[in-house]
Formats: sequence, C-alpha cells, structure tokens
Amino acid sequence: MATDVSWLIGGPQGSGVESAANIFSRVCARLGYNVFGKREFYSNIKGEHSYFVVRVSDAPIRSNVNDIDLLVSYDAETIFRHAGDVADKCAVLYDSDLDKVATDDVKTLDAPFRARIEAHLEKAGKPNTVAGILDVAQGRGAHVFPVSFSSLLERLASEEDNPRLKGMKRLFNVLGVSLSLGVLSMPTDPLLEAVDSIFAKKPKIAELNKHAARLAYARGTEFTDLDHSLPRIEKRPHTMLVQGFQGTAIGKMVCGCRFQPYYPITPASDESVYLETHEVLAVEGDRPGSTLVVQSEDEICALGMTIGGAVAGARSSTCTSGPGFSLMAEALGWAGINEVPVVVTMYQRSGPSTGLPTRHGQDDLLFAVHAGHGEFPRIVYASGDVEESFYDTGRCFNYADVYQVPVVHMMDKLIASSVVTCPRFDPSKVAIDRGKLLTSVEEGADYRRFARSGDCISPRSVLGLENGIFWNTGDESDEYGHITEDPVVRVEMMDKRAGKLPRMLREIPDAEQAVSHGVRECTVVSWGSAKGAVLDAIEMLRAEGIDVGFVQVKLLCPFPVDYLRFLLRDAKVVVDVEANQTAQLGQLMKMHAGIEPDHYILKYTGRAMTCTEVRDALRRIVSGGAEKREVLVHGA
Amino acid sequence: MHNDWCPGCGDFGIVNAIQMALAELEVPRHRAALFSGIGCSGKTSHYVNVYGVHTLHGRVLTFAQGAKLANPGLTVVAAGGDGDGLGIGAGHFVAAGRRNIDMTYIVFDNGVYGLTKGQASPTLKLGEKTKSLPSPNTNYNVNPIGLAVASGYTFVARGYSYDVRHLKDLIKAAVRHRGLAFLDVLQPCPTYNDINTRDWYAGKDLKERAAEEGGESAAERHARIYKLEDTGYDPVVHYSEESEINARLGQALTKSLEWGDRIPIGVFYRNELVTPYAGRIADKVPNYEENPPAVQRVERQGRPTTDVSALLDSLEI
Repeated sequence: MATDVSWLIGGPQGSGVESAANIFSRVCARLGYNVFGKREFYSNIKGEHSYFVVRVSDAPIRSNVNDIDLLVSYDAETIFRHAGDVADKCAVLYDSDLDKVATDDVKTLDAPFRARIEAHLEKAGKPNTVAGILDVAQGRGAHVFPVSFSSLLERLASEEDNPRLKGMKRLFNVLGVSLSLGVLSMPTDPLLEAVDSIFAKKPKIAELNKHAARLAYARGTEFTDLDHSLPRIEKRPHTMLVQGFQGTAIGKMVCGCRFQPYYPITPASDESVYLETHEVLAVEGDRPGSTLVVQSEDEICALGMTIGGAVAGARSSTCTSGPGFSLMAEALGWAGINEVPVVVTMYQRSGPSTGLPTRHGQDDLLFAVHAGHGEFPRIVYASGDVEESFYDTGRCFNYADVYQVPVVHMMDKLIASSVVTCPRFDPSKVAIDRGKLLTSVEEGADYRRFARSGDCISPRSVLGLENGIFWNTGDESDEYGHITEDPVVRVEMMDKRAGKLPRMLREIPDAEQAVSHGVRECTVVSWGSAKGAVLDAIEMLRAEGIDVGFVQVKLLCPFPVDYLRFLLRDAKVVVDVEANQTAQLGQLMKMHAGIEPDHYILKYTGRAMTCTEVRDALRRIVSGGAEKREVLVHGA
Repeated sequence: MHNDWCPGCGDFGIVNAIQMALAELEVPRHRAALFSGIGCSGKTSHYVNVYGVHTLHGRVLTFAQGAKLANPGLTVVAAGGDGDGLGIGAGHFVAAGRRNIDMTYIVFDNGVYGLTKGQASPTLKLGEKTKSLPSPNTNYNVNPIGLAVASGYTFVARGYSYDVRHLKDLIKAAVRHRGLAFLDVLQPCPTYNDINTRDWYAGKDLKERAAEEGGESAAERHARIYKLEDTGYDPVVHYSEESEINARLGQALTKSLEWGDRIPIGVFYRNELVTPYAGRIADKVPNYEENPPAVQRVERQGRPTTDVSALLDSLEI
C-alpha cells in the first residue's frame, strides 16, 4: 500500500502558516517523498483564515484529495473550518487551550459558514465550541491529539531560563510542524537543517527554534494512534521543490525573454518579482545578461511597453491575471495587426470583475481566445502543471517569433500558489527559434515589413536595424506599414494574417497541440491545471478496475480540430472537465470540431478540484448514474 | 505616403521641425524611432522617413518607453495630441515623468479633437465654445506645462507650430537633453478651433483694437506669443540643491499660468542633475546600457545560452 498523507495547517493570514507549510513540504521532499502543496488565502493581509494543505506520497501525485489525515491547528477557526474533512482513523492535533472557544468568538468566520457549522453542531447535539466540533470528529472515528501550546512555551521558557518566551506565539508554527513530525515518526534532521538555513544569519534564534522543535517533536511522538508514518525513503536524484510561478519565470530566463513590464496583480505578480530578484543572468561564453523588469502604472502600459520592447527586437512578455488582461485587450489587437511577437502569461483567477481575487478558476479561456476587437490571429496555449509550464514558456516564445503573433500562455491560481516536487528543469530541452527575425538588411533592398511574397509571414526587421526601416500602425496598412483603406489591400492583408492559423495547425507538432494520456471508451477532455486532478482520479479508478482515458488540450487557439477528432475517434463517452461554470473548452469543441461532450464535470467554487471528487463524478458517469453536468463543491 | 492634414494645419510646422531637428542632429535614420498616438497628430510617424510606430489612443508613451528601455541606443521621439496625452493618456503622462527615461515627448496642443469633428479637448478653457461644440466647454483645462513640471519631467518647454525655426531648436534641445523632455506645441486647428487661431496667436485682434483706439500703439507688435529667452528667464537647475530646484519649479509653474494677451514659449524648466531611468537600472544591472534587452544574445545555434544552473541547484532538495 502506497504512503499517501494529507497534512493541513491553518491560521490567520500573516501568522506564518505559509512558512510552516514550506518547512513541512521541504522536510517531506528531503525524506524522499513527492509533495503536492496548495495554499488557500483570502484577499487580505492580516487576520483572515489561510491554510496550506500538503499531500505527501511515495507515488506520483498531482492534486489534493478530500480527506485530511493530519490537521494541525493552533487557532479555533482552522478547526471549525477543516475538522469536517478529517477522516476516520485520522487525526486532529490542536492547541487544547482552544477547547472553550465558540463559533461566536471567531469574528472572521463568514456568516453563512457560521450558520452551516452551527446547524451541523446543533443536529449532533454538541455545543458551538472547538470541543464540540472535535467531539463530532471523534464520534466519526477521528483521533484527537490535544497539546497545550502555552505549556510547551512555558517549558521552553523555563529550560531557556527566559520567562519572556512564554508569550512568544511566533514559535507556534515551528511547534506545529515539529509536533506533526513527531506524530508521523519522521526523522528530525531535515527539520533542524531547515531551521538552520532559514535563520542562517541569526544563530541564536536558530538555536531557540531548534530547542522548541525538539520539545514539540518529543511531545508529538507520544501520540501513537495515527496509522500513518513518513520514514525516510529513497530520494530520486535531481528533484526540485518549486513554487508554481517558478516554472514560467525560469522558463523566461532560459528562453531569452529579456524584458518584462508588469502591473501588480494576484496571483501573477510573484513571477515578475522573482524575475526581478534574479535579474542578472549568467550567460555561457558571454558577458552577463539581464531581464529588465519594469513595474508600470497599469496593465495598459504593461502591454504597450512589452510591444515596444518586442518591436525593438527583445523577447518581451508581461504577466497578468483576468482584470489586467481585460485592460490589455486593445493593445493585444495592435500586436495582432502589426504582427508583433509578444507573450502574455496569464495566471487566471476567478472572475467576473474582481470575483474571488485570490481563488482558483479557469474562466478566462474564451476571453483569451476572443479578447480584442476585430479579427486577428493569435495563439492561446495552456500548461497543465509547473513542470510543463517551464517547457511551454519556451514554446510560447517560439510560436510568437515564428508566427509573429501575440501568444497568451494560460496558467492559473492553482499552479501559481502550489508547492510541488518535480524533476529538475532541463534547459537543454529548450530550443530557441526566432523565426524570420532579420539581423541585417541589404542597402537599397526596398524593405517592406509586411511583404506578401506568397508567404503569410514576412521577414521581420527591428527598430535600429540599418536599411530595415518600417512603419507600424493600428490602422490597416500596406506592405511598408503605411495606412491604407484600399478595399483590395485590406482583403490581402486580412488574408495574409489569417493564413497563419492553418499554418500553425499544420506545423505545430501534434504532441504540442494536445497530449493523449490514453483514449478509452470513456475519455476525459480537459485543459490547464485540471490535468492533475484528472490524472490522479483516473489512476484511482484504474485500481478499481475502471478504465478512463484522458486527452489534455494544450493549444486552444487555433483549435486543433483534426488532431482532437482523430484522438477521440473511438471514444464513446466524452467528459469535459474544467474549473468554470460554462464549460468553455466544451464550447470550443462544439464550435470548432462539432464534438459535443456527453458529460461535464465543472467546479467554480474558487477552490481547485480534488482528485477524490473528480473520481467520484467519473465513477457516476461510467456507471450511468450521472447528471449531464456534475458540479463539484468540495473545499473550504 | 501622401499627407492628408487640412490645408493650413499647424501640424505641418511640427513635422517639418522634427525632420529638421533630426537632420541637424545627424541622427542616422535607422537610429531614430518616431512614435505617435491616435488622431491627426498620430499620422506624424508616417510622414518622416525614420522608424515610425503609430500606436493606440493615449498609449504612445507606453510603446515608446518600452522600445527605449529595450534599446537605449535609439533616439526616441513620441508625438501625440493633447486629448491623447492629457485626456485618455494622462495617467501615462504622469507616470512617464516619474521615470525620466531619456526621450522626447511632443504634444500637439490645439484644444480640440479634430478627427472626431471638433469636440473639446483637455486644454480647451472652461466656458469656451469652439465652432463644433453644441454648448460652451464645461470642464476646466489641464495645464500641460504645470502637469509636466509636477510629474517630474526634467525638460519642459513650449513651442509654436508657426515658428518652425524656434520649434526646431527646441526639439533639438529636447532630444539632446539627458532625461525625459516634454514639449507642448501650440498648434492652431484651422478647421475646428476658431478661437485659438493663427491670427489670434499673432494678436491680430489686439492690433485691430489698438488701431480702433488710435494712437501710436497701433504700429506696435501685438503678437501674444513671446519667447522666454528674450526676457532673461533662466529655466536651468544648476546645482542639485532643494531650494534651487523648488525655486525653478515654482517659477516654471507660475509662468505656465500666463495666458491671454501674453503667452510664453521656450524652455520653462530644465534639470539634467536628475538621474535618468537608465542610470537607475544600471545601479542594479551594471552592464544594462552596453547590453540592453534588444541587444543581448540569448541563443547559439538555436540553443539557449542562459545559465540557470545555480538557480536550479538551489531548488534541488
């Protein structure tokens, strides 16, 4: 039986939940496990409930599950919100000083949630307190491990002979992680190393934290009821622990993106900040390079600057989310008509409008495909996980350069705020193709930027190139780039640009257009980060003897009609899985390929799908008891 | 490409001045990039034989700054109307001043939206009724010089499109300036602005009034436009001292409010002691100016040359 443990830690935003989860994830990865961690948080700086759920396994994992095996909490809200997900024989490790805290005392509980939990407790005949909800969990068969965090601090204070430590709640995180390690019988050295590296410049604080860790670990080992344990296993070499945004960021460094204007927006800005943090780049056999990251005054400027950089010849991109992309729509069309290679990395979140600004969603697919007025070719390309996003970033820049079009690279909040183990990125697998980029033009060549020499893609000069002078305009233009309203030239130029779309479908390899993970009688079609939950669900079903196929569509514009029809030729039941309300990929399939999915599995709570709920919905579909639309709702 | 501006349009003087300035500065054609916004002035980039990028309404500064940042070796001139730069693009106008990127921004200031048939633009005065307006303008005007001074532009000047020689010299000074130069060019629109006409700037009405009143003053010069440099006005910040900078900024702001019977042109403010944006980048990326984004080699025979191994090592567990 494979090891598979889900660990959840929660607390008020700003209290260090993320650091605690990062330490736990790192320790698990060091011990040889695969890690899939996901951060959930409110649009808030301090005080609202945030949590981190880390799934740990010796088998490959790509998503979260419904059940929590070990819930760690030193605040009441975490218990109210998540105790219901702690399964039989699993455990809640909590601060017993919280027993009497009532739902009323937790001001950050949203009213509807409070009403639901109070109704639940009333039905169970339990008081509206932490003790009450833990009683319910225990009644279900969950273990409850009470630890007085204040007593642990008192003991630390006395052993350190420093009474002030009694009130040092900042240590709760290290206590929570160390208690968990004790409960799960994990070796402590990776934890102590992690503490050392975090406080490398403050050795005294490192020693204090390690002391606290040892105390808490010993206390944790006293709880022996939990079946799970995480002993050291063999570690696969060259495994990284990465945050979701690092795939596209490092991808940009490698593929030669050197200019990134951006405007801050969740969940996209982490990528830009990371690029700026590492702005100076080592280059083989050359002087150092650099990524120029510019914080603009808005997203309109961000894409305007990006286009300016691209027209000057730099590989240029910006990174945004839905609201910012809305502001970019006009400039996207300008890049389209002027055939400018730019990449917009689009970390989707839940809309419309501000929507759920810190929550997950895949509801901007049709917007990306259609953004901007008028008709112009573009590429919309979606990555399914962090590892893919590194390699896809290189592809997106090549598509932009080769076809001289704007490329929208679809990412999302789930990927952005996940922490996962994955094989080390391999830059040697990234190719750079700048297409018909000119490095010189002959004197007297009568250069025409939009020359129509039977080819819809013209050789591209850049600002500053001798003899390569051209004009750009948002108006329709002639071959030089000068304004024209001539009806014949208009049609020629529209057709020249539109001609790129069939060419992309001919030239982009099938394996880059869509990935077949096996086609069966019942086959899932999906895109983006839903991939993880779908793959994990399919594996779970296979263990039950149910075989389901999966086709992951990566190229969404132009739509890979022929390849998708070919892949699905033997599928009898097509199931569309996406994190939105209106099944946007399904709409594209119907519109372009005439394939109407038989079922939809959709989720738009703002929380990512778990493989558990996707499995359950697929099982219902295979057994014939499913709705046309299966709508998923799990998660706090 | 033929020019389709209205006969007598002030834009002709500006495009001529731009051409003359670039020629006299001996900027190689391929090293110059002229960006423009939307409207009559937007066509400017098509009428000069250098790289020309005709962008979006209000966004000319965003494209122009991007190009200059990617390749600081270019001579970048941005041009746009007053509606473009001070209405829809006012946010970019202010943000650009804060950056102080080494380029030139020329606003064609005529008080009206020409291509949409004469609506009021941001520089039209409150209560004025140009001929296409159904009723007098209900908005107070933007003060372009004042806004530039307040936003951090380090060269702020005003020209007049019918004094091409003076305008050409101003453009040359603006292009030579190390930092972001702003040039407000008074540009009569002969079709839609029947208030701020060529005759009005020339003070024809003042002269006629004087003649009616009789006496010697009828023979005097009545032009509204006068040159700051003829009055001993010193726009330059010589020392980087706060008191001097503030005095020069205050002086420029006061001068910018002068309007009506006397309208100053020339340089209002100039401060080359402020580090341009490229210098601020070079503080963190030492070789930025020699090896900027557009110049960097990123591949060899199709293979990336960027070495991220140290970063990847740090992510390995």
